[in-house]
Amino acid sequence: MPAERVAAPGAHDELLAHFDALIAEGATIETRDWMPDGYRRMLIRQIAQHAHSEIIGMQPEGAWLTRAPSLHRKSVLIAKVQDEAGHGLYLYSAAETLGVDRADLLEALHQGQQRASATFNHPALTWADTGAIAWLTDGAAVINQAPLCRTSYGPYARAMRRVCQEEAFHVRQGYDLMRALCEGTPDQKEMAQDAVNRWWLPAVALMFGPPDTEAGGADARTAALGAAVSRRAMAWGIKRHTNDELRQRFVDSCVPQAERLGLTLPDPAIRWNEERGHYDFTPVDWDTYREALGDDTHWARQRIAHRRAAHDDGAWVREAAAAYAARADAGASPAGAAAGERTGTGGRDGTRSGVAAPQRTEEHT
Amino acid sequence: MTTPSDTWAAAAAAAATPVAAEDTSCAAGARTDADPARPAHADLAAHLLRLGDDALVLGQRLCQWITRAPTIEEDLALSNIALDLIGHARTLLTRSGQLDGTGRTEDDLAFTRSARQFTNALLTELPNEDFAVTVARQLVYTHYAVLHYEALAGCADAELAAFGARAAKEVAFHRLHADRWTRRLGRGTPESTRRMQRGLERVWPYTGELFDEDDVSRRLAASGTVPSPAPLRGEWEQRVSDVVTDAGLTVPAASWSAKGGRSGLHTEEFGPLIDELQSVHRQFPGGTW
Repeated sequence: MPAERVAAPGAHDELLAHFDALIAEGATIETRDWMPDGYRRMLIRQIAQHAHSEIIGMQPEGAWLTRAPSLHRKSVLIAKVQDEAGHGLYLYSAAETLGVDRADLLEALHQGQQRASATFNHPALTWADTGAIAWLTDGAAVINQAPLCRTSYGPYARAMRRVCQEEAFHVRQGYDLMRALCEGTPDQKEMAQDAVNRWWLPAVALMFGPPDTEAGGADARTAALGAAVSRRAMAWGIKRHTNDELRQRFVDSCVPQAERLGLTLPDPAIRWNEERGHYDFTPVDWDTYREALGDDTHWARQRIAHRRAAHDDGAWVREAAAAYAARADAGASPAGAAAGERTGTGGRDGTRSGVAAPQRTEEHT
Repeated sequence: MTTPSDTWAAAAAAAATPVAAEDTSCAAGARTDADPARPAHADLAAHLLRLGDDALVLGQRLCQWITRAPTIEEDLALSNIALDLIGHARTLLTRSGQLDGTGRTEDDLAFTRSARQFTNALLTELPNEDFAVTVARQLVYTHYAVLHYEALAGCADAELAAFGARAAKEVAFHRLHADRWTRRLGRGTPESTRRMQRGLERVWPYTGELFDEDDVSRRLAASGTVPSPAPLRGEWEQRVSDVVTDAGLTVPAASWSAKGGRSGLHTEEFGPLIDELQSVHRQFPGGTW
């Protein structure tokens, strides 16, 4: 048991050396492996933020499910929003292997102690926004997340492999939606351009986080701080690239796609730099996003209020399900369907309590 | 030469003969419509439009739940069910448009008809209200739809039969979902029991319309094209009652029965639902999607 290993006097250095060796050889860290507290906390924070982003990210597109203009697009959008709910579940489950509980993470989101990506604190104002979100925001997510398929924490890496496969599909669907609009009537194309005008910068800036290099536009102090955080995450194998490297990769992939669509990306500084072998673009002015990053915007509040309303309205349903399951566990309820449900819940609970113990021990050590 | 009215009268008389509930297979569809001005498959087209509208409208109602469900698992489950329903609607509306002689596509039918031209049963358009009402609506619909699609699986039109077989399997999962939630809520807490019972009372008067016969369904049954839904009612009632009783709830007493959806007379809540469904499509005339 990891707990015993932590408790053993003088064992810490040995455990750390073993952990470092696993990271160095590129092996994954698994649930029952000892891990430094900072590593665990960084992972919980990152995975929870990612899970919250999936759940909150369902809202801007979900609002268009009832208005999709063809039954084909409606089916595609339902499937996409459904995927996002699924991603939220994979990721909350991955976080739970680190000794936290989904209910607590959701509560932290509802209370503003943890956040979702501020990208979704922008409104989806037209149908074309669903395409722009899928093409640009999910496109940014794929570039950001693809390296996480090789992240050092096994359960996270495995969740991300499934997430990335589906996200890559969403990007293609988003591009296809935009293509249909661009090949449609002038009004449709205008709607597409307007959506790109509004979603480009949030994707470039917020999906990758603040600049963490001077080349990316950060001042020396911010760059040093950003680089330090990134270095630590990279040393632990949680992160593989700087924010600015990934941002550049995203811009490089989008510019030719926008050209093919006949859409203009709203940044006059975008041009091919032969010397660098990359597209230049306007460095992210992070101050622009201070407001979007705060809790006090209409949409930041709206997203959380929507989440909380759903959670509160559903409280009686969850209580009923819990009461029913408890009664089934006590053997007072009919078997059949209940037995299958009990097995599932019991398995998850078992895993959760199994990994919660080492974390508590660690905190007390 | 027989006139259409003669044929229809004969068909109606034939349909009045009770059919055993188990006998849901259909013989090779003999044409009953001799009116040259009437498309050969007008009745079947009208029938498929009804089923397609049921699936589309119920799917649209379930879409309204997504991001608002009691758990993330339910967001996922309800979107999964909605996706299946929209899929059923697409097949049924497409086929209806092919058969009715107008050549309308699934999107023409979904996005350019007025609310009065929709022929879904009123049950499917009932507002979601709380989760228990939604579960009750799902319970009564899915038990009906499985039986109905299983019957369709035996019909002469090979394409339609294949669709019926596939749809019956899919809706069987939706039925399992509804059955389980009915039990959980029925046997959960006093509040959930109260709400689930209320949900059943709310939807019950709207179930009769699912099994109503009219000239279209009688002619189709008489010609052996598609079985009538009416004989399915007994088995439906038995199955739903079993679940309701097992959930510790009471089967609502037969009272009044709502009608009108099949002839385009809908609830007042239906207009806004259709306006929302069609809003983007109608905003861009000539648009391609």
